[in-house]
Amino acid sequence: MQTKQYPDDVLMLGGHSFHSRFILGSGKFSLSLIQTVMEYGGSEIATIALRRANADSKENILDFLPKNITLLPNTSGARNAEEAVRIARLSRELGCGDFVKVEVIHDSKYLLPDNEETIKATRQLAKEGFLVLPYMYPDLIAARKLEDAGAAAIMPLGAPIGSNRGLQTKEFIRILIEESKLPVIVDAGIGAPSQACEAMEMGAAAVMANTAVATAGDCAAMATAFRLAIEAGRLAYLSKLGRVLEKGAEASSPLTGFLQD
Amino acid sequence: MRTIYDPMTYQPQMQQLDSTMLETVQEAMAAFEQTTYIEADVKSALQKQTCSVQDYAALLSPAAMPFLEQMAEKAKQERKAHFGNSVQLFTPLYISNYCENQCIYCGFNCKNAIHRSRLSAEEIEKEMQAIAKTDMREVLLLTGESRTASDVQYIGEAVRIAKKYFPTIGLEVYPMNVEDYHYLNTCGADFVTVFQETYHLDCYEKMHQAGAKRCMPYRFYAQERAILGGMRGVGFGVLLGLSNFRSDMFAAGYHAFLLQKQYPHAEIAMSFPRLRPYKNHEKTAENDVHETQLLQMMLALRIFLPFASITISTRERAGFRDNVLPLCATKISAGVNVGIGGHTEEEQKGDAQFEISDSRSLAEIHNAILKQGMQPVYTDYINTNLL
Repeated sequence: MQTKQYPDDVLMLGGHSFHSRFILGSGKFSLSLIQTVMEYGGSEIATIALRRANADSKENILDFLPKNITLLPNTSGARNAEEAVRIARLSRELGCGDFVKVEVIHDSKYLLPDNEETIKATRQLAKEGFLVLPYMYPDLIAARKLEDAGAAAIMPLGAPIGSNRGLQTKEFIRILIEESKLPVIVDAGIGAPSQACEAMEMGAAAVMANTAVATAGDCAAMATAFRLAIEAGRLAYLSKLGRVLEKGAEASSPLTGFLQD
Repeated sequence: MRTIYDPMTYQPQMQQLDSTMLETVQEAMAAFEQTTYIEADVKSALQKQTCSVQDYAALLSPAAMPFLEQMAEKAKQERKAHFGNSVQLFTPLYISNYCENQCIYCGFNCKNAIHRSRLSAEEIEKEMQAIAKTDMREVLLLTGESRTASDVQYIGEAVRIAKKYFPTIGLEVYPMNVEDYHYLNTCGADFVTVFQETYHLDCYEKMHQAGAKRCMPYRFYAQERAILGGMRGVGFGVLLGLSNFRSDMFAAGYHAFLLQKQYPHAEIAMSFPRLRPYKNHEKTAENDVHETQLLQMMLALRIFLPFASITISTRERAGFRDNVLPLCATKISAGVNVGIGGHTEEEQKGDAQFEISDSRSLAEIHNAILKQGMQPVYTDYINTNLL
């Protein structure tokens, strides 16, 4: 019997539409593998660290990415808003497009984002016409400020970068999904397809991963697993999860049986 | 300058910071009893998510030696998580070998009758062009430690020339004051490495018989002054084998750990130069650093400071350098010539500080990295001061 497919639903980011909800980070790969991994993962967006692409040098990461994808350059290396803005402008000058993932990091140990500076950079770059996707610590107040600053989506972390620890911030990401008007893309910390699936089931708009795929024994197979998990999670979210019956949830004598209308 | 002075006393013009970090490190090092650790301490350290200072001490101890394989496995995971497959490439350039110190282990010792010289601005430019032609995008500028023969202005000029060709510039020069580091930072340098050589005061005093280097605290606080001067990252290291290498390595790691705690944005790097064990030496001499001990030190540091960059020295043989890349090292030099100049077709102008063991070309090292399943990275830096 032929498998029937559900029609695609589309991810909208700053007026651009995407069919894939799997964003691939490129920083930890052997460059020769990136194209294959993107093909297996079906990714249409790849992040690149501009600092890996800025100099005219050998093994430039830009030469290894498929030409038909959307680049999401990040501002890694920026320690404050001003540096992030300068790196984003350089990215545009180098022809990397209008998308930018704002990363402002002032901690070399855990690489946790500085929300305050991230908001400042987002405001400035949105004003300059960039489509800004800020990497953030999942804080609702910061998310509202980012929305106000003109972000095209928000990218809260699930766990510290590279940790593969999964959705450690699950409850706070759930709040962001519930409260924010912007697409919520879970970034950083996702270590396994099941975790990506869980994020999508909760209503995340997309998932970004790098270390989990780049450090797998078989990168292409892992990229496939992520693609399938993200699709599964998305479909589960769209089809509305069934009611969970808790043991003893329905009391034998109703709690509201005393009412006399 | 040649008079013998108390190594804990600052000399004129040496800036003093208000800090007790040196005392903290020395006390911790004195309390580090390497023989008190047992197998269980090592096993416990290897199981933890976060490696504490005490766990680091256990991993450096002789008790950890039978666990080298497990340490390698753990270090490899940390290296992957923090750096993926990336291996950063750089080339060092020695621009001057004048030195005012008498360090009894060093080829640049001012009492040594070696051929001294320093490169002129034109010669530096030529060297830079020659290095840039090899595709290299990061350069490390080195001098002997002479503030008169290679003054701050001279180094600044070299940095400005380098900036035309290289996005990333590091310095391995004598310790200086905050304003000097600030000046060099505005010229375009962002990374500073200063080797403490040893954290043991008695040994430090014996090894550094004269010159500014004899002042131990001024050297110790160099990284902090560099950060205060605006440098982005700082490198640490001891000359393994000079004194007790395990406690020295404990002190170096703890020093780096404390500095990053105080300046969370500072990027931390560690290097592992070693004195080779003498030939015909008893194989069991306690301070001898064979490859096994060297690897143990490197793995312990990778597990303790998983975010720190580790440079693998050209003093080591090719086979060792290649194999530590997937386990712990993240940075490797290529196209190295440790004489003064030496990258152009002209003959080198001055003698070298030490002999290198890996004389492979950049292309050979590039291929060796690929062979390890790793990715050579030529540029990974944007100097936002200059944008």
